[in-house]
Amino acid sequence: MTSLLVSNLTVDHGAIRALSNVSFEVKQGEITAVIGANGAGKTTLLRTLSGLKAPSNGTVTWRERNILNKKPEDLVRRGISHVSEGKSVIPELSVHENLLIGGLWRRNRSDTNKAIAEAVELFPRLGERMDQSANTLSGGERQMLAIGRALVSRPKLLLLDEPSLGLAPLIIEQIFTAVQRMRTSLGMTVVLVEQNAASALAVADTGVILNLGELVAAGDARDLLADPALKSAYLGF
Amino acid sequence: MRELIGTLLIGITLGSIYSLMALALVLVWRSTRVINFAQAGQAILTTYIAYEIVNRTGVFWLAILFAVVAGALLGAGIEYFLMRTLFRHADEGPVAAIAPVIATLGLLGIIRSVVGMIWGNDFRSIAPPVSTDGFVFNGQPLPFSMLNLMVIVGAAIIMIIFSFIFQKTDLGLSLRASAFQPEIARLAGIRVGPIRTIGWVFAGAAGAFAGILVTPNDILSPNSLDVLLVFGFVAAVIGGLESLPGSVIGGMVLGIGVALITNYISTVLVFPSVFIVLILSLIFRPNGLMGSKRVRSA
Repeated sequence: MTSLLVSNLTVDHGAIRALSNVSFEVKQGEITAVIGANGAGKTTLLRTLSGLKAPSNGTVTWRERNILNKKPEDLVRRGISHVSEGKSVIPELSVHENLLIGGLWRRNRSDTNKAIAEAVELFPRLGERMDQSANTLSGGERQMLAIGRALVSRPKLLLLDEPSLGLAPLIIEQIFTAVQRMRTSLGMTVVLVEQNAASALAVADTGVILNLGELVAAGDARDLLADPALKSAYLGF
Repeated sequence: MRELIGTLLIGITLGSIYSLMALALVLVWRSTRVINFAQAGQAILTTYIAYEIVNRTGVFWLAILFAVVAGALLGAGIEYFLMRTLFRHADEGPVAAIAPVIATLGLLGIIRSVVGMIWGNDFRSIAPPVSTDGFVFNGQPLPFSMLNLMVIVGAAIIMIIFSFIFQKTDLGLSLRASAFQPEIARLAGIRVGPIRTIGWVFAGAAGAFAGILVTPNDILSPNSLDVLLVFGFVAAVIGGLESLPGSVIGGMVLGIGVALITNYISTVLVFPSVFIVLILSLIFRPNGLMGSKRVRSA
């Protein structure tokens, strides 16, 4: 079942075209990796999906309803959470407060506390540091906290922007394993933006390859990994 | 000894008022990244409202209530009608950062003129609600009166209420999150727009409270709170412009400094010293006395 449908999406940064006529679909409960080099338009794609950036053209529907030109804070209430680029935590707040803000929009505090407990179960290191300032966390812990905060909003669609950036391989593995667990146990649909093509496609069901704002290929992650032409041209290994 | 104690107590009284004004400026700075020069105008208007209430009813406490509520409403109105319009229309280029600040200067002029048209420019005064006679210490009077004590207690109560709201409530958490990282706050589902308005509401209330607390010790005229705005601004800068504890520390350092200079050196030196402190703190402690150090990036 298609849950996210992107059609002819075009996004401009002033005079620069960041995304040009991009179309693809993501099925319910799948992990889709969006792959491409710097400047391919991956981050722009996620920022448009979460409402941070206005598109110039095209349509995007989530569960058959338009999500373009909506406010991010409204999309959170419709089950779309975005973990933006670069370990998106608030360093001035404690770890617990960073998690809590993901659930402030909800009236029911006990539900938020349950969601925080689930996030901590997924990333036990956060549990040991609840009252510390987020400023004291390592890079990997910050990324876990950023994803944990998104989980507290209980998203049905999770948008992850380069969670592996600048992290050690062991930590990257932990984070990708957690993403897979979220999909299996919570039935979440995930769009995972990565430069790290090999490891992203290894955990993903499907892949989308972008180059200079245009869609180069989309399909089953294993097929993309096996395609020698794509491998040498865009996947960089 | 008696003189030193008296001077320090006066310093703390001044510091309490500067802290409130600093807090008003910090709240707006944190929520919208605007230095609100109009704060002096907002406070002067609400203080004239308080003046009318005192004249008509003789009840000072009622005047405080009216002034604070009026300050809150005025803050909300300015953010909603002026700031949002400005951010929509002047949102690009070098003017985007400075346009709202210039607009607050303009607004200060407008409010002062309107106040002058309604109440005239001559000096007025608000009758103090409690005694202005100095307390007696070791048989001699101090320069510190019941009115000064009321100022300190009033400011302390407001500070305690605000720190409770900031640290212990969901609203406070939303205010802090939106102030530090508005984009992440939005992605977490916080409605940053209304939260900004609330920042202006709190600021307006704090500024109004500062105006009504300082005026019974002073005179009232359309310009009488300008010095308070400047000193509140210096206190906010000393405190780092970002936090409630910073505002209190900045206010107290400045208040006690001003009292010591006035009493032991010369009143003439107060203004130059304050501005020298402002410039020195910008050079040596740009993040404030408490020095929130650069955030660790790794």
